[in-house]
Amino acid sequence: MTPLLEVRGIDKSFGPVQVLHDVAFSAYAGEVTALVGDNGAGKSTLVKCIGGIYPIDGGDIVFDGKPVIVHGPRDAGELGIEIVYQDLALCDNLDIVQNMFLGRERRSGLVLDEDSMEELAAQTLDGLSVRTVKSIRQQVSSLSGGQRQTVAIAKAVLWNSKVVILDEPTAALGVAQTAQVLELVRRLADTGLAVVLISHNMNDVFAVSDRIAALYLGRMAAQVKTADVTHAQVVELITSGRSGDLGIAQ
Amino acid sequence: MNKVKELPGEAIVTATQSPSIANSVHAYIERVRGGDMGALPAVLGLVVLCAVFAIARPAFMTSINVANLFTQGAAVTVIAMGLVFVLLLGEIDLSAGFASGVCAAVLAVTLTNMGLPWYVCVVAAILTGVVIGTVLGTLVAKVGIPSFVVTLAAFLAFQGLVLVLVREGTNISIRDDVVNAVANKNLPVWLGWALYAACVAIYAGLQLFRARKRSARGLVADPLSLIAARVGALAVVAGLLVYVLNLERSRNPALSSLMGVPIVVPVILVLLVIWTFVLRRTAFGRHIYAVGGNTEAARRAGIGVDRIRIAAFVICSSMAAVGGIIAASRASSVDPNTGGSSVLLYAVGAAVIGGTSLFGGKGRVLDAVLGGAVVAVIENGMGLMGYGASVKYLVTGFVLLLAAGVDALARKRAAAAGLR
Ligand SMILES: Nc1ncnc2c1ncn2[C@@H]1O[C@H](COP(=O)(O)OP(=O)(O)OP(=O)(O)O)[C@@H](O)[C@H]1O
Ligand SMILES: [Mg+2]
Repeated sequence: MTPLLEVRGIDKSFGPVQVLHDVAFSAYAGEVTALVGDNGAGKSTLVKCIGGIYPIDGGDIVFDGKPVIVHGPRDAGELGIEIVYQDLALCDNLDIVQNMFLGRERRSGLVLDEDSMEELAAQTLDGLSVRTVKSIRQQVSSLSGGQRQTVAIAKAVLWNSKVVILDEPTAALGVAQTAQVLELVRRLADTGLAVVLISHNMNDVFAVSDRIAALYLGRMAAQVKTADVTHAQVVELITSGRSGDLGIAQ
Repeated sequence: MNKVKELPGEAIVTATQSPSIANSVHAYIERVRGGDMGALPAVLGLVVLCAVFAIARPAFMTSINVANLFTQGAAVTVIAMGLVFVLLLGEIDLSAGFASGVCAAVLAVTLTNMGLPWYVCVVAAILTGVVIGTVLGTLVAKVGIPSFVVTLAAFLAFQGLVLVLVREGTNISIRDDVVNAVANKNLPVWLGWALYAACVAIYAGLQLFRARKRSARGLVADPLSLIAARVGALAVVAGLLVYVLNLERSRNPALSSLMGVPIVVPVILVLLVIWTFVLRRTAFGRHIYAVGGNTEAARRAGIGVDRIRIAAFVICSSMAAVGGIIAASRASSVDPNTGGSSVLLYAVGAAVIGGTSLFGGKGRVLDAVLGGAVVAVIENGMGLMGYGASVKYLVTGFVLLLAAGVDALARKRAAAAGLR
């Protein structure tokens, strides 16, 4: 099985600090791939490189078997890669619909087609099981943390995306909402999308993922099938970069 | 459109409240409580100021004075409209006043000294504004100098530029009838009423059309009663103004009749409609709000943030050019003080008093018009009361501080209410 999204040999530095070293990573259609690693391991940086927010210093991004160059968020969106960022990236002063279509507004001629955007947004939100909001014309500033998370996820699944990457989507959520988001993550994968889930919670990771990729200090320690490893092994990979015969060679 | 939508799960969107006047009023009160005052302070201020001046000085409400109000406030209002775009990004343009002076000087030089036709000169003045805006915007967006510094430097430089253009302080008079008509002539009485009828009809038509379209799609639409209330309010206020402006205001009507809506009124109206359309109904306008609200989110949505920034400065400086043309027309001349002294501060004040936030992301073009009206009323009313420049400056400064304070407090309140 070939991965839908594959990166090879990614290097990324911020000035003198090299944050990613020769990172390889794959995500498969129909599967949830968990990306784990300690704080500062480089998970968000890797995701931003894939999303075209940061230019990569070296390495290749291969999408659907073809090497691609992602110059910016638009390129990533056109490929079908959608990212829910750790800091959500919503505009507080815009309403839910406006945020969901930001940068990709529907128009008829010169004019924004508000009505069709509103309909589509409502349909997408209907499909996600989350807490109620009063109106989808509500400003995002008036939403709770969980509701914002929902809007950010809805924004990612609104488009006919092939890869959805979620950077710690449950970090701000309560127990019930976390369960809902995890269920959603699973459902997205079951509909054939390649889902990448970044999380610090091992229980969540083992509950929904098919594969686990562990980053250690900017290096990919190992990418394994979830069924082949134990909690303890993954924790070891995260904290020391190796576990038995897995991990970075010494 | 995506597979996800057929998936099971409880709905996120509860039936939105059925719309009615009561609900709309309720929602509005909630918004104001939450710190989003919108145009409320400006409208209230305008009503109170007008009432006070009308009682203290009956001359305030006469046709001649109301017409004066419009022509006095026009230039500042137009400059403020452009400033709204820059303020929406959380930036500032301190050079807008003198930019209008430079553009007015270009108009005067090409018109009077070179004798070119008026339309060539007007285009030249506006193009000057476009060039100024492009330079300022590029310095801010591409080079990354804070807009405060860039436009402060431009503020100084443009003063010099005006002096160069008008040859160290001479006064260039403008004799072109078309240019002078803009701020000094009026529409015929019948045309004023015709325009009024057209505006009210178009406004009502658009509102009804939108509501129809939305309810046909099963979306929440404004109820008829609310639309009727809005259209009614517009019809009454605008009707009163047109009526007053169409009264005879010549002291000696037998010699020369003076009545009608000043030409600047439709000019401002057209600009208001165009820029409101751009901000509210186009993707470009949406992106301006997005960049002002959360620049990083806008960038990640693939919006060309630099392009938007430059465009906002171009709009601001071009509107300053239009303001300069109106100022030149009103004075029938251009001198080194055109666009100088308090013009910029009044314009920033107008935008902020109208409800545009200095923190970016919040504001409308209408704010500039409402705030411009407040500034003009203060200036004019204080003059009628016999106060000199000193008191006018003090009062306007105080009102600006008050408006900025309301803005800052509203923000704090919104933060406290968890709205930000
Ligand atoms: N824009 C930046 N400029 C400089 N250094 C950065 C930048 N962004 C991230 N870094 C550094 O890169 C490293 C990896 O950061 P990153 O945000 O990718 O970590 P992470 O794995 O997502 O951590 P967390 O679990 O805390 O979200 C950190 O050491 C961080 O300081
Ligand atoms: Mg992170």
